[in-house]
Amino acid sequence: MLSKKRKLYIAALKAAMYISTGLTAALVIFIAVYVFIKGIPNISWELLSTKPSYISGKIGILPDILNTLYIVLMTLIIVLPLGVGAAIYLTEYAKNKRIVAVIEYAAETLSGIPSIIYGLVGMLFFCQFLGFKTSLLAGALTLAIMNLPTIMRTTQESLKTVPQSYRDGAFGLGAGKWRVIRTVVLPGCVDGVITGCILSVGRILGESAALLFTAGFAHALNGIAEGLSSPGATLTVALYVYAKEQGEFGIAFAIAAILMVLTMLINLSAALVSRYFAKKRKF
Amino acid sequence: MKKNQALERIVHGIFLILGLLTVGSVLLITVYLVVSGIPAIKEIGLFDFLFGTEWASTAETPKYGILPFILTSVYGTAGAILVGVPIGFLSAVYLSKIAKPKVKTFMEGAVSLLAGIPSVVYGLVGMLVLVPGIRTLFDVPDGASLLAAIIVLAIMILPSIIKVSMTALDAVPKEYEDASLALGATPIETYFRVSVPAAKSGIAAAVVLGVGRAIGEAMAVMMVSGNAANMPSLFESVRFLTTAVASEMSYSSGLQQQALFSIALVLFLFIMLINATLNFFLKKEKD
Repeated sequence: MLSKKRKLYIAALKAAMYISTGLTAALVIFIAVYVFIKGIPNISWELLSTKPSYISGKIGILPDILNTLYIVLMTLIIVLPLGVGAAIYLTEYAKNKRIVAVIEYAAETLSGIPSIIYGLVGMLFFCQFLGFKTSLLAGALTLAIMNLPTIMRTTQESLKTVPQSYRDGAFGLGAGKWRVIRTVVLPGCVDGVITGCILSVGRILGESAALLFTAGFAHALNGIAEGLSSPGATLTVALYVYAKEQGEFGIAFAIAAILMVLTMLINLSAALVSRYFAKKRKF
Repeated sequence: MKKNQALERIVHGIFLILGLLTVGSVLLITVYLVVSGIPAIKEIGLFDFLFGTEWASTAETPKYGILPFILTSVYGTAGAILVGVPIGFLSAVYLSKIAKPKVKTFMEGAVSLLAGIPSVVYGLVGMLVLVPGIRTLFDVPDGASLLAAIIVLAIMILPSIIKVSMTALDAVPKEYEDASLALGATPIETYFRVSVPAAKSGIAAAVVLGVGRAIGEAMAVMMVSGNAANMPSLFESVRFLTTAVASEMSYSSGLQQQALFSIALVLFLFIMLINATLNFFLKKEKD
């Protein structure tokens, strides 16, 4: 028989756990439902396919959608070779344990630095020092540094699962190190790279503080080349500007609903990809 | 053969450079913040800068005291931890030890969604739900306050707390729990008196991670905290270290802009301290 005190202790903890978990679930459901109810009625084809016009006084978010697309593409193009290369160095080349520790500590540090600081340094270094001015390219470069640790870590994880015997086999056949990396190691890290890309895209979509001073907040409709060299707001930055500076809450919620859907899609694809590769690896 | 060796050496060099890129980035950020942050501190005076209680950067005789920002960041973060950690921790124990697989899968999805929602969306919902709510509930003139920021931050750190604590709790060896159960402890007692202490470094890491997230958040806080440079008080409009940088950067120049860099430097020092603490706990967890 349990004493009264023990029973009370157990009941209290149980209740506290149920309440906490219930609260977390309720919060997620509330935020999602609230954003969709407020946002979806404001989404129209016109909103998605036009740019803001002073003449008609109507707001369109096509430029912001395109800017987001450009910045996602550009950031990935910059960060992928860098992150994958860094991971290959760590797992295939680095022999000195101290160097590995320093690099990994630096990566940890990078992932802990708040985005507002990235924005500030990005502005000083890319926009002013390197002369890119306020542009999507400067924003993409800033985000590339931010996402470097993510790509590096996911690639590293997947490289660790490439069996050493594969490498030994290739070396045994007389292949040089670079050839082994190209033909044996690189194909083995595809899953890590894909996972890293998905995580990075999620992070880029949600980023705003780092872009405010590097990519700016213009809503001009541009092609990709022109867009990268001129300032432009991504969806998150546009949401901020419309909500905080212009009081256009309808537009802000429409963007928020779009961002929610994108977040859900990204989470779903991340889950599917990891399940797919986990299954494949078993054989 | 010689050509091959040369190629190998070049490739090795390229990979070495790529490997050192993270180190280079950290150095770049540190150097830029220190170099651009020091001049204003020198001009204003370290003591007046850190402990001055008044920030009036656009006044005729400008005042650059950032104590209000430092305290707001510290109070705001502490408040978010106070609210968010118990909820996150208790949810993590439930999900890791008790929840049925279906509930666990659903909640893991929910927590991932919470982690993925952009901070401006939190800010937007906070602006339209939390701020008016606080105004009517507590009968204050403006709901945009430290309290609103604390609640938003508490929600935003929940996913980190839950995920990292869950990983630590999942890793507790089954034998520990079995031994406790065999000695007559009930499951709940076992989880809280055996599993939780066994996972304590991981849970500590989760808390420190939450501290880092909270102190570094800018946009969501900017949208709900009112953004006036007051000394912190729960129902007062306040400005954080992050929002102090963000709100004046676009139009500042001269000493005012340099002072903003100095604020960023102070924030950076806080973050480095938090990172070091985090690494300490993570290392402990590994051992």
